[in-house]
Amino acid sequence: MNITRLFVTHRKLLLVGVLILLIAFVLTFPLYGGARTRVLITMLVYAILAVSWAMFSGTTGYMSLAPAAFFGTGIYVTALLQDYLPFPVIIVVAGLISFVLAVLLGLVTLRLKGIYFTIFTFGLVVFIPNTINYVEGEVLQRHGWYFNVLDRTTLLYTMLGLTVVTVLAAYLIRRSRLGLAMQSIGGNEEAAEHMGIDTTRTKVLTFAISAIFMGAAGAVLAPSLSYSNPTIIYSVTYSFIPIVAAVFGGMGSLQGPIVGALLFGFLEKTLKVEWATFFMLGFGIVMVLVILFLPTGIVGLVPMLRDKLGGVISKWRKGSEGEQHANT
Amino acid sequence: MAEAERLLGLITIGILAGGVYGLLAVGLSLQIGVCRVLNITHGEFLMLGGVLTFTFSELGINPLLAPVIIGPILFGLGFLLQATLFRGVKARAPSPAAFEGNALLAAFGVMYIMQYLARIRFGSNSLPSQYLTQPVPYVGINLALNLIVGFGIAVALGIAVYLFLTRSRLGRAIRATAEDPPTAELMGVNTNTILAVCFGLGALLAGVAGTLVSMRTPVSTAMGFNNTVIALIVVTLGGLGSVPGSFIAGIIIGVVSMLVAGLWESVLIVPVYYAMLMVLLLVRPTGILGKK
Amino acid sequence: MRILEGQGVTKLFGGLTAVSNVDFHVDQGEILGLIGPNGAGKTTLFNLISAALPLSSGEIRFKGQKINGLKPHRICKMGVSRTFQETKVFSNMPALQNVLVGAFFGTRTRVSGKDAAREATQALEFVGLTAMSAAPIKDLTLVNQKRVEVARALATKPELLLLDELMAGLNAAEVSEAMQLVTRIRDKGITIVMVEHVMKAIMGICARVMVLHHGEKIADGTCNEISCNKRVIEIYLGEETHAGS
Repeated sequence: MNITRLFVTHRKLLLVGVLILLIAFVLTFPLYGGARTRVLITMLVYAILAVSWAMFSGTTGYMSLAPAAFFGTGIYVTALLQDYLPFPVIIVVAGLISFVLAVLLGLVTLRLKGIYFTIFTFGLVVFIPNTINYVEGEVLQRHGWYFNVLDRTTLLYTMLGLTVVTVLAAYLIRRSRLGLAMQSIGGNEEAAEHMGIDTTRTKVLTFAISAIFMGAAGAVLAPSLSYSNPTIIYSVTYSFIPIVAAVFGGMGSLQGPIVGALLFGFLEKTLKVEWATFFMLGFGIVMVLVILFLPTGIVGLVPMLRDKLGGVISKWRKGSEGEQHANT
Repeated sequence: MAEAERLLGLITIGILAGGVYGLLAVGLSLQIGVCRVLNITHGEFLMLGGVLTFTFSELGINPLLAPVIIGPILFGLGFLLQATLFRGVKARAPSPAAFEGNALLAAFGVMYIMQYLARIRFGSNSLPSQYLTQPVPYVGINLALNLIVGFGIAVALGIAVYLFLTRSRLGRAIRATAEDPPTAELMGVNTNTILAVCFGLGALLAGVAGTLVSMRTPVSTAMGFNNTVIALIVVTLGGLGSVPGSFIAGIIIGVVSMLVAGLWESVLIVPVYYAMLMVLLLVRPTGILGKK
Repeated sequence: MRILEGQGVTKLFGGLTAVSNVDFHVDQGEILGLIGPNGAGKTTLFNLISAALPLSSGEIRFKGQKINGLKPHRICKMGVSRTFQETKVFSNMPALQNVLVGAFFGTRTRVSGKDAAREATQALEFVGLTAMSAAPIKDLTLVNQKRVEVARALATKPELLLLDELMAGLNAAEVSEAMQLVTRIRDKGITIVMVEHVMKAIMGICARVMVLHHGEKIADGTCNEISCNKRVIEIYLGEETHAGS
């Protein structure tokens, strides 16, 4: 019985086991207390951002640095509408506004070479809050705002629900026609265009869909902040950490970004505040190392190890069989 | 008449400040155009130039001389970065498109490494690095001397780079490598060295730009990001691969920033840049002087 | 019927004229050869037809309809498909999935998953690659990758197929196999234009041949006419040492 066989046949059992553990974990959330809840919320936020980022950038190869922009927009939408609409509606609206914003940006930049798209998304995290600061300062005459607070447990479950929706969406897209089209674009964009794929429309659509979840995540997070202003909520860290996480986990896969994001979110929030600087430094180093040595991410490591392990074991068995023959 | 004077003053300051933007953009243009790396760490090199200039000035070294020391250091850093990291990424990339994506991500990582290492060493505070702040009277307003000196140095360097690229042997090798690397190799050009030299040169120019900026405004270890954004906008506006384009675009951006700040709100500067960028991308994505 | 026509087709790259005022036509059901020395503009012409590049001036009509100015995916859906000189397979998928993309997206009307899968399998069978349908494309030899490209193009159900240097790098036996494949494609009712340097293939299966040189069309006629054409012989005298096959 070799080890690779073990993995394959018991994989379903393993998955069910993990699922049961996760459900038990989730059902006991309220026991963990405030600080733990905050950690969990952060982990889930990064998971949503990482998965939605990988939805577009992981398949097409067009590097978007925009998650922070859509995420911040979702928070801002909540700030604007929190007194006028119920919370669930705000989440949907935030997602829709992010969608529209992404469509506009995509139509301008995705017709062109990837480099212009990336350049454009890079500065969004400065462009959008500056615009908002002006509008806030001149039109609304205010500097920052306070959020209507919701209890942490509700937020946690909402965030969890959104995570499930995001992962589900990512899964369905991967297996759909749209997913195939995007993979083709990632494989060879010119060929994809020549095989009947409207590449611009495909890219814009996927980019916009991924933005929905980023915006919604921002809306869900908002009530857990107290005071905020545009400069705070638009932070390039909300692009960087999900992207490192997705790359570390394996940006071409579905599970990779989840694994990376949960891990990094956990580490970021549980290590002491004093270590924050070294921590970000560490993320940078991780990114560089992963790109250099493990571009398929952690998830790509497992098949690699499995093959190597399988090879080693079969060589060992051949060796002992040979001995047996020699002895008879 | 005071209004017209004020306008003229704003425009002049914009032109002078824009020269430094142009220099910054030339460096980035080299890195993107030749090494094909969308180097989002560029602003961090400017930051290092500025912060190191301040540190040296505290030790008694004249800021105008600082580039003599800082230049080679940053050149070496850029050279190493290309020769080790980006070359490694390229070797392992299954396609040019994959390389560009991976190089960008790697640069993202390096950006954080540089920022936070600098933060650890130099702290997060604003450092009072201004120099040559003597006012020079001009058409009713006062221009700071550092603006004029900065512009002069930036343009002089820009002309030097332009001549270097168009007249020298090394410059021709660089242009050959940018256009057609395999052919350049066949003609005896060591493209790996050329790429590293270009990256180093870009880093050096960013560092000098940092010195010039530090004379005008306080510096901090957090200033890199915004300057990267500006550099990217200027490069796109001016057109990749064109030194004059970078300077023209830099000056335009400088003037726009002063006009927006003076006549409207300084917080709208970047939004205006982006509005310009959007129009540009819709009409002529290759930039003002870019090759089509 | 003239399935493809071009009038005054011109392409300029800055100061360089890649294709200069070319008039051409392709009759339905024929195999048209497109030859000329390196740099003559053959692949550029293909790129203009498939809209990979925009025309500088002139007009191209497919089945009477103007197609220059349309985007490549529209032209593909109208019934024009192609392969590429530097093989452009989808490097991140197995062979079958490569062909599946063509089957799904390349047809005018929407195809169901089942139908697309069937088309893809049949296309792979047609080019003789059924055994390798699950193999990752990177593991295939160049010859087989080219065949996948052909299968993928066929899966889009084209009426006109542009083959760009299908035989490049093939040995004599492989060239014969490829010639048979092209003939079988024509027998299915698909019109073919093929860019080739391998003269044996051109002379063997093309009814008509068009010759480009420095972007201009210098000759257009049957194989016999072309091989007796003085100018063609002149420009190829230098190439004789290479066109050994």
